Amino acid sequence: MGSGRLYLAVAAGGFRRYATYRAATAAGVFTNTVFGLILVYTYTALWDEKPHLGGYDLAQAVTYVWIGQSLFKTLANGGGGVESELMERIRTGDIAIDLYRPADLQLWWLAADLGRAGFELLGRGVIPFVFGALVFDLALPTDVSSWVAFLGAVLLAMLVSFGIRYLVALSAFWLLDGTGVAQMVMFVGWFCSGMILPLNVFPGTLGEVVRALPWSSLLQAPADVLMGHADPLGTYAFQAMWAVVLLAAGRMVQRAATRRVVVQGG
Amino acid sequence: MVDTGRVADTGGAVESGEVTGSGELARSGRVVDGLRVYRMISAMWIRSTMAYRASFLMTTLGNFTATALDFVAIMLMFSRVDALGGYTLPQVAFLYGLSSTAFGLADLLLGSMEKLGRRVRDGTLDTLLVRPAPVLAQMAADQFGLRRLGRITQGVMVLGYGLATVDIDWTALKLLLMPVMILSGAGIFGAVFIAGAAFQFVAKDASEVQNAFTYGGTTMLQYPPTVFATELVRGVTFVFPLAFVNWLPATYVLGVPLPLGLPAWVAFLSPLVAVGCCALAGLAWRAGLRTYQSTGN
Repeated sequence: MGSGRLYLAVAAGGFRRYATYRAATAAGVFTNTVFGLILVYTYTALWDEKPHLGGYDLAQAVTYVWIGQSLFKTLANGGGGVESELMERIRTGDIAIDLYRPADLQLWWLAADLGRAGFELLGRGVIPFVFGALVFDLALPTDVSSWVAFLGAVLLAMLVSFGIRYLVALSAFWLLDGTGVAQMVMFVGWFCSGMILPLNVFPGTLGEVVRALPWSSLLQAPADVLMGHADPLGTYAFQAMWAVVLLAAGRMVQRAATRRVVVQGG
Repeated sequence: MVDTGRVADTGGAVESGEVTGSGELARSGRVVDGLRVYRMISAMWIRSTMAYRASFLMTTLGNFTATALDFVAIMLMFSRVDALGGYTLPQVAFLYGLSSTAFGLADLLLGSMEKLGRRVRDGTLDTLLVRPAPVLAQMAADQFGLRRLGRITQGVMVLGYGLATVDIDWTALKLLLMPVMILSGAGIFGAVFIAGAAFQFVAKDASEVQNAFTYGGTTMLQYPPTVFATELVRGVTFVFPLAFVNWLPATYVLGVPLPLGLPAWVAFLSPLVAVGCCALAGLAWRAGLRTYQSTGN
């Protein structure tokens, strides 16, 4: 009970903190909209050549673009969440202070990241999406249940996303400067989440592999749930499986890492 | 905050060097002075980067991978279709390589400018202002990222692939246009970096707007102009002349018609456009610097 309130407060803090950067939010909305436009035109050229590519029609492909732009910051497909701050604290040794707090390290950062993601969804996600819906023909469901199912998939995606980035951040315990790892994992994640090209367009074995990786939870899964392309329950099971695996791995690595801090003496 | 520590190092390196006292001379030889400062600070950053060699290799490889993956995506598209907007894969690779190399050069030389907003916010810009060296040069060389060679390498490789596979009737003029295109393109993107930084004097934490024009611009130019709506092509030709980086000059080399029904000689305007953009960006930078008011420390 009490600790539940604590993490809620941490999440609210994460939300408020990102909400203070108003100009940055406006700038982000603008940039996501520009990138959305560029992608819409390239996809249109692609789907003109090959209608029903990957099982999508043009309207669905364009919808996919705007879902991607709205969730990009929320799910941090290309990185950029609380993990950069966590890495900085590990590098400087401030992490020792965090370990003294009467709170669980992983849950603390998860709560902060969920607060951040919540703000990004409302602050940065909604406007590009509405812009896309007003300017282009989107394939959006009209029933409430599809939208609720979509939000469920987004929430699970937030957990998977955090699970990946938490592992990346913990690598700083061994590497001190974890920027290289962070960068590489983020770029791979960007590609494998389907930000450039929907994963169902990826051909053959490559397609099967990327669709089985955790990153497919971050954009492909929620998009397919919203557009009625995938069964929500099966999708949830897939996402939840990855969330559990990644969070458990994070916990194990965290235990090994904190032992290191004690050895070093903070 | 960590930056401040590093900046102090930079200051040490600069002040103990030959630059001390050159403030008086700055009026006469500002450009020479700026280049020397730029060279010294960037050399210092290269040395410091090399202290973490493994991390340098990984970030460079990361830079390479990141950019390589978006070309992989284009190749995946072409595994499903033969042409995009009427352009074949070798032709798209040619456009991509030109845009990516030009952008990579500008990013290597001036990419650090995008951090200006943060320096304005945390007050560390003041440190640069009190030093007897041009702020632009200090800002551009700050945290000089040699890892950005990863992006250039990838751009050059894609360009090489494009050149090896594309069908071009080479003439002396077309050959000459190649380096001209890349350098003018780097100039145009460089102007965008400087103008973007100037904008950050006004909009302190809106650096991401710049990404729309830098990263967004290079992404757009990697695809054929025929893919985009006419208004968009018009916009990046007449208002925000990114089309001169590769779209317009490349049409001459590829022997395809210019977009918007423009006359053929427009393909040769890139160097002029680059000089014009840089001049405007320089003015914007000065205006921005004049409006700067310290947030206090």
